[in-house]
Amino acid sequence: MTRYAVGIDLGTTHCAMAVAPIEFEGARPEILLLPQIVARGQIEGRPLLPSFVYFATTGEGPQALPWDAERPFSVGEQARACAIEAPSRVVASAKSWLSHPGVDRRSGLLPIDAPDDVGKISPVEASRRYLQHLAEVFAARSGGGRGALAEQDVVVTVPASFDASARELTLEACLAAGIEHPTLLEEPQAAFYAWTDAMGDAWRHNVRPGDVVLVVDIGGGTTDLSAIAAVETGGALELVRVAVGDHILLGGDNMDLAVAHVAREKLEKLGKSLDRWQRASLVHACRVAKERLLGGESLTACPIAIASRGASLMGTTLRTELTRDDVARTIVDGFFPRVEADARPIVRPRVGLTQIGLPYASDPGITRHLAAFLSRQSGALSQLSGAMPAAESTARLLHPTAVLFNGGVMKAKALRERIVEQIDAWMRADGAQASRVRVLDAEDLDMAVARGACAYALARRGRGLRIRGGTARAYYVGIEDSVPAIPGIEPPIRAMCVAPFGMEEGSEATLPPHELGVVVGEACRFRFFGSSVRRQDAAGAVLTEWDEGEIEELPPLEVSLPADGRREGDVVPVRLRSHATEVGTLRLDAEPIQPRKPDERWRVELNVRERPGG
Amino acid sequence: MKDRPLDSLFSRLGLAFVCFFRVVFDARAARSVRDALEDGASPKLMPPRTPAAESAAMRLLSILQREGRLVDFLQQDVTSFSDADVGAAARVVHDGCRKALHTHATIEPVRLEAEGARVTIEAAYDADRLRLLGDVKGSPPYAGVLRHRGWQAVRFAMPETVGVHDETVLAPAEVEVG
Repeated sequence: MTRYAVGIDLGTTHCAMAVAPIEFEGARPEILLLPQIVARGQIEGRPLLPSFVYFATTGEGPQALPWDAERPFSVGEQARACAIEAPSRVVASAKSWLSHPGVDRRSGLLPIDAPDDVGKISPVEASRRYLQHLAEVFAARSGGGRGALAEQDVVVTVPASFDASARELTLEACLAAGIEHPTLLEEPQAAFYAWTDAMGDAWRHNVRPGDVVLVVDIGGGTTDLSAIAAVETGGALELVRVAVGDHILLGGDNMDLAVAHVAREKLEKLGKSLDRWQRASLVHACRVAKERLLGGESLTACPIAIASRGASLMGTTLRTELTRDDVARTIVDGFFPRVEADARPIVRPRVGLTQIGLPYASDPGITRHLAAFLSRQSGALSQLSGAMPAAESTARLLHPTAVLFNGGVMKAKALRERIVEQIDAWMRADGAQASRVRVLDAEDLDMAVARGACAYALARRGRGLRIRGGTARAYYVGIEDSVPAIPGIEPPIRAMCVAPFGMEEGSEATLPPHELGVVVGEACRFRFFGSSVRRQDAAGAVLTEWDEGEIEELPPLEVSLPADGRREGDVVPVRLRSHATEVGTLRLDAEPIQPRKPDERWRVELNVRERPGG
Repeated sequence: MKDRPLDSLFSRLGLAFVCFFRVVFDARAARSVRDALEDGASPKLMPPRTPAAESAAMRLLSILQREGRLVDFLQQDVTSFSDADVGAAARVVHDGCRKALHTHATIEPVRLEAEGARVTIEAAYDADRLRLLGDVKGSPPYAGVLRHRGWQAVRFAMPETVGVHDETVLAPAEVEVG
């Protein structure tokens, strides 16, 4: 039986799937059409599956699919339409929730405002449903059980900024969806693989040793940044992912809302008011207008017409227009302002915890986020082996030599040009000698991640170059010093490195010499930290101080020791062993210093709900 | 349907054979047969049946209404509205229907020459693809001017239906609860 390399883009707003038969030399990733409910009782194959779940009312009855007549919910295009028509019954942006450290991501959370008759589901469960739909499509296409996704070589993509716990939860969703052997791949890397796959061998003329490729991936909901360096090792070209950016919840949806706001003000100036439906259609119409005005067409204005919900169209349709200037001001200057290299995103203090919500980026200036990334990662090349040109030691920024764009937003020519212009200006100001940054021409920015994931599944089998890089963060456990308690002062905390930066898949870190005490029969929690810049710390290194912003706190770890031959309440000294799995996740085990049986170890739980107020 | 003559024993046997295999190997056929058998028992529970071609046409109308408000547009009387009002509504219909058309079909011109170009029509022309206008006489080849390039659907994909739904409803009535 033919086995397939399958690439799955599990996106915040859309999913896509690309497949290629493994045995056929020269097979290229092909985007599968995904049958889904597009309207009541209508099934259609579309290349994208919107990442939405709709809970039908009892009156609507089952949301039948060709392979399941009794399903009580639907996933895809109809569910997306329902997000406007009946928002309290629809799960959206589950992926952003999956990476939200402040909530229990395995608990029934979504839809946030669900009515009583809807059984809420967890972000993990929502992700499982999208994956399961893709698995069912694959199975239906290849004629039933024998072609199950469980038996294929499946690569599922995650944002590069996903930390260890969000990756772990993605894996959990894959396994629950019946994808038994998934591998996780960072989305910007997938975009790079899609580019090399589309270029064929010619890509080697475009990327040479010494190049640093900045991948700017701006999708509907998130902005994801990565840097990939090309080095020469033993005469061969090698690619290393040297840096990834923070998780930035900022994307095309924000831009559509901003443009819609401009159009709405124009309508309101004419004394027209919009109801909920019209506001939703306005956002949609503005997205289309924005894409046309930014897309390089020689339009100066784009008309916008918004119908009312009722059956009369004429006499009730509102009309306005968006000009090129409106869009340039709102999107190009609003989201991609010209800034100096030392500009930083404005961080607003979070106001109260009155409402559960996603931690959206508070600064919409993507160029400021980009400047912050290049500055934070100025040392990204420091640990590279292989021949890199001597970096100017005075450089305050990481110097990319090429840019690869990905994500729907980057289809806009004006935005690509603004980013290139900014990088060039920053590099000149930072003393770079190199000429202008090159743009690696990519095509089909909506599908590139799925294609690239599939191409990677093929590359792993020796049919192409792989990007190295390992874990994109170093991880630390908090050790509290035993000092006399002083009211109002937190005990000082030290951070012990348990997993160094850049652990390659399949490798284990050396066991740190320091011990932690855990109590038998109790769930013991430890504070957990990550750093995307500290490349120098070996496992076991203990930090007593660090620079502002160098280390961020993650949800705590939990070790539960079953009694199993020990007395409850006893304190057992353990060490933490970290393992970068082949799947692409980080596993931590607690090993007792005095084991009761050979290879005794306990799994450390990474995804623990934050303590209330903690 | 009522006027069709009843089948002979021989053709009934043939039909029974076909039904047997289709029911065994095709779950959807099994459902149709079950529906057909139950239809006699409780006719009121079933929506009106429509022949396949009409059903597909109604599905197309429902798509054009859903995406581009086409039925709304055609059902309204335009005479009392200004060109600006009709124009604004036409934009809604054009944007939506165009998108729906391009999602479901790929439409290409039949003739690639520009309209107004002089063309020669060979003897063995395809009357489905080409219509002769004006002073048509004698036998081909004909020489003339291309007035309309024609359109052809090189791809056309309609959504499939699942479950039993009343396809005569082109758009459901909508009630906002609360």
